[in-house]
Amino acid sequence: VDRIITALIAVAGVPLVLLGYIYIGEWVIEHLPDRVQTWIRPYFWALPAIGFATVFMVYPLLRTVVLSFRNNADTIWVGFNNYIYFFTFPDTLTSLRNSVLWLIFYTFFAVGFGLIIAIMLDRVRYESIAKIAIFLPVPISAVAASIIWKFMFDYQPPGTVQTGTLNALLGSFGGQPVAWLVNSTTNNGALIFVGIWSITGFCMVIISGSLKAISTEVLEAARIDGANEFQIVRLIVTPLLWPTITVVTTTMVINALKQFDIVYVLTSGAYDTDVIATQMFRQLANAHYGRAAAVGVVLFVAIVPLLVINIRRFQQQEEQR
Amino acid sequence: MSGVQVTTARETAAPTAVSVAMDRWGHNLQRLPLHIVIAVFIAIWIIPTLGLIVNSFRGVQDMNNAGWWTVLFPPHGFTLASYTQVLNTENVASSILNSILITVPATVIQLAIATMGAYAFAWMKFPGKNIFFIVIVGLMVVPIQMTLIPILRLFAATGLAGSFIAVWLAHSGYGLPFEVFLLRNYLGGLPREVFESAEVDGAGHAVRFLRIAIPMTVPAIASLTIFVFLGVWNDLLVALAFLGSSPNRPFTVVITQLVTSLGGGWQFLTAAAVLQMVLPLAVFIALQRYFVRGVTAGSVKG
Repeated sequence: VDRIITALIAVAGVPLVLLGYIYIGEWVIEHLPDRVQTWIRPYFWALPAIGFATVFMVYPLLRTVVLSFRNNADTIWVGFNNYIYFFTFPDTLTSLRNSVLWLIFYTFFAVGFGLIIAIMLDRVRYESIAKIAIFLPVPISAVAASIIWKFMFDYQPPGTVQTGTLNALLGSFGGQPVAWLVNSTTNNGALIFVGIWSITGFCMVIISGSLKAISTEVLEAARIDGANEFQIVRLIVTPLLWPTITVVTTTMVINALKQFDIVYVLTSGAYDTDVIATQMFRQLANAHYGRAAAVGVVLFVAIVPLLVINIRRFQQQEEQR
Repeated sequence: MSGVQVTTARETAAPTAVSVAMDRWGHNLQRLPLHIVIAVFIAIWIIPTLGLIVNSFRGVQDMNNAGWWTVLFPPHGFTLASYTQVLNTENVASSILNSILITVPATVIQLAIATMGAYAFAWMKFPGKNIFFIVIVGLMVVPIQMTLIPILRLFAATGLAGSFIAVWLAHSGYGLPFEVFLLRNYLGGLPREVFESAEVDGAGHAVRFLRIAIPMTVPAIASLTIFVFLGVWNDLLVALAFLGSSPNRPFTVVITQLVTSLGGGWQFLTAAAVLQMVLPLAVFIALQRYFVRGVTAGSVKG
């Protein structure tokens, strides 16, 4: 009951506090000299947002970089030891390799499937209902999706009843059951597929949005000139969609690098399925703070190019405003 | 002569009707591979979820003895046993309540602060504004992992560790950059004249913000609310990091801990997964348009 009251106070209180902040603050500012007013007012309005961003993102970011050069107790400098550990220890190298696998395959198939499905559905009458079907996994949490796929990948020893959907299907074609999540040749692919399954609908909806913006006249003209559907997709639709595909791809690359939930729930990183994010969390849970910080920095450095791309794109948009 | 003409007309007319039908049939046949590929995609994207939902209504024994598709044939053996078992498992019922107690305030806090900040960035001039905003755009992609250790220490030092307040604040901090970015773009797109005429009429910033900016931003705020709400509801990492062992931990964390701690006999967790995804799916189906707009807004804009 106490917790519910706290939550209610927060829900009602925060907007009230902000309202009070706005009214009292504005009242105070209005009584200041004009010159001070114009100077101070914008900071007063932007302060809560900038404050939160500073405390929860900027400061920790810088602090983590510092921590990555310190020992676990944060008492002495250890130079690059934490990084040397990361780039020489077999387990962490495996997590690095797996993140690269995620980066390549998750991004490629999520965007590729999204594109193919968007283009195919554009040509059929049951488009809207089919889109709902493909989009359905997007609102589902990675935790629930992992349990959904735990059943798909379920494995029983050969000779017993296969209750996992995939192994039962395999069995009906006379195949031997596969321990999808344990076997190290299949498990990374299996996990990456769960990720692809969860996000394809998202890619599809965005690509489909700009597909609808392509004028039908252009496509009709191409058809009259005798282009077949594959040529139209390859030579007209895809180039026109290219800006959107780039945006979706950068988003997916960031997603791939941050991937945590699916791996954590389905295998906890066992059987060589660790990725950078789960590796970082394990170091943290084991109180290896220096190493954990170093892993975090590696992850951040991998994302920096995308951060730059994002800012560049933002600046281009601003110039067009 | 006229009779001949009539027959010719008939003869050409009749085959035309048939050839149109033939054409359409041929066209559809040609498109059959397209429909089949689409059907395969839909099947792969629907069947796993369907299987889970079906299994959640079966007994654990049945789940171990036969696949979920066997319920197509009697005896169906539907039961709510998994649901009773899940809800009676330690921590589960209270963690569902925790999820609500985390999600609602976290959503309200971050949207309130973000709207106010976005207003400043959209309609005020101040030195350093562009640099501040570029930093915010950059922060949108910073991995949460980078922030965990310092913030854990911060919470420990302030005595907030393991409390609801800690996750409310953390979620708000992580969500803000994206929300400020999105709302600033939306607010900045509102007609300048409206704000200028209000200023001429003597309305201060407080009035312009509360009476003009917010009402005109309702569509964007609605989409964003759905997006943020479900993001927090579905979150695992933040809750695991800050509430991992606290009695305040949410449903996702408890499910995850049950999955990893139960070697076998985890099958009844199908019911937990269904309970966890009921809310997002209901929101998606009921508010489809807002939902999709909320999910896609960020990447379309930038």
